[in-house]
Amino acid sequence: MTMDADDRSLLEDLLAGEHRALARVISKIENRAPGYRDLVSELYAHTGNADVIGITGSPGAGKSTLVDKLAETYRDRGETVGVIAIDPSSPFTGGAVLGDRIRMASTVGDMDVFVRSMSARGTLGGLSTATADAVKAMDAFDKDKIIIETVGAGQNEIDIVRTADTVAVLVPPGSGDDIQTLKAGILEIADVFVVNKADRDGADRTVQELRDMVQLGDGSGHEGGGHHSQEIIDAHDDWDGEADDADETDAGWTPPIVETVAIHGTGVDEFIDELAAHRDYLVASGEHAEQVRTRYAEEIRTLLREDVHAMLETELEAAGGIDDLAEDVRQGETDPYSIATDVLEPVATCLENLETGPDGSGTE
Amino acid sequence: MSSEQEAESIRCLVAKVGLDGHDRGAHVIARAFRDAGFEVIYSGLHKAPDEIVQAAVQEDVDVLGISILSGAHDTLVPKIMDGLEEYGAAEDTLVLAGGVIPEEDRDELREQGVAAIFGPGTSVEETIEFVRENAPQR
Repeated sequence: MTMDADDRSLLEDLLAGEHRALARVISKIENRAPGYRDLVSELYAHTGNADVIGITGSPGAGKSTLVDKLAETYRDRGETVGVIAIDPSSPFTGGAVLGDRIRMASTVGDMDVFVRSMSARGTLGGLSTATADAVKAMDAFDKDKIIIETVGAGQNEIDIVRTADTVAVLVPPGSGDDIQTLKAGILEIADVFVVNKADRDGADRTVQELRDMVQLGDGSGHEGGGHHSQEIIDAHDDWDGEADDADETDAGWTPPIVETVAIHGTGVDEFIDELAAHRDYLVASGEHAEQVRTRYAEEIRTLLREDVHAMLETELEAAGGIDDLAEDVRQGETDPYSIATDVLEPVATCLENLETGPDGSGTE
Repeated sequence: MSSEQEAESIRCLVAKVGLDGHDRGAHVIARAFRDAGFEVIYSGLHKAPDEIVQAAVQEDVDVLGISILSGAHDTLVPKIMDGLEEYGAAEDTLVLAGGVIPEEDRDELREQGVAAIFGPGTSVEETIEFVRENAPQR
């Protein structure tokens, strides 16, 4: 890969620990500025050391406050922290007010907590790529823990938090109905549940509802759960520590439920313990490797989609521009499917020629 | 290629600094900037100059708008400018000041690197226009 001199020195500054350089690199990533791809691919060589934690939940659940306390506790333990806080942008003007930073008051003045606000700039799937790349930048900057925070409102957000190793979902008390609505979406991706504002009425009930749901999920998740229990009982007959460990690994991960009062810092230590436990589980079970593979596969797909998309835009221009084509459809002269086939045809022909070419030259 | 599809957004930090609890103006500006299509980070109230510098550097903002109605601009603004300098961010950040700033103090602030001062009565359109025209090209 080739990089121009400016990007080269920017990369060197980032690796040397200059905050300004990290901030600038993330801007380049966000803006898809020229050369950002080369920059990111250079970053990869320096990554892989950070634990990436995703935190999501409904608006007002207390995400930013919890992230603040989390960062503070990690800092007390001598670890450096990066935070990427994502807020929605207006679909009309593209503008956004990014307000998560206000809640992160415990660590201000401590430059070893690097907080970066990002907004969804209206490109489908683009933000999860940008987030993943920003995580890489923070990882290369040598952050020990990287926290991604986003509102859990749909597929886009789910894609974002999935760039994390461990996902925590915040559920405020008294959201029984919310749990129902969230069931099919965001609750499925939780590795750890956090019932925040646990000092409020209804917290016990929310914990109970979550517990029921987690157990239900366990039963349906593993075919023949009854049989599995029998195996455990059998194993119990010749009990020894080692067999027990193996069983736990086999059983997979059951999301724990942690109660916190983020504003007072209550329960944050337990939360951190569960995050660490999940991390250990991922590594011990080999799931981590699988997870990382899946993530990279998705990243490659997204990048390819973007590239092909850009090529097709050029192709569209050559075919008369999207507006004229759309007008043709409106006039009833043609239909979207025919146009798609026509525009794609030269590309398809090219690929076919490559595949059917004589051996050896086929890959040229 | 794909870089052309992404419209680059102007990033602004709207900051309240010092012991000044009047944030109505800051809210109005934050909202107006958002509606103008900017990305706005709002600092919240009662921030120390260090905190403003930290936010401006980490967020890599193009524009830093400081709202001061307490009269402490003579001490607070220089601290912020020094901090930006320290992180190499003073050069290409457009620093604006708003609020109650007497005419006789303005030249000094400008010398320290404040690009424009918007006093009471300035229309938001005027401010937005100024930001659009003067936001640093990076």
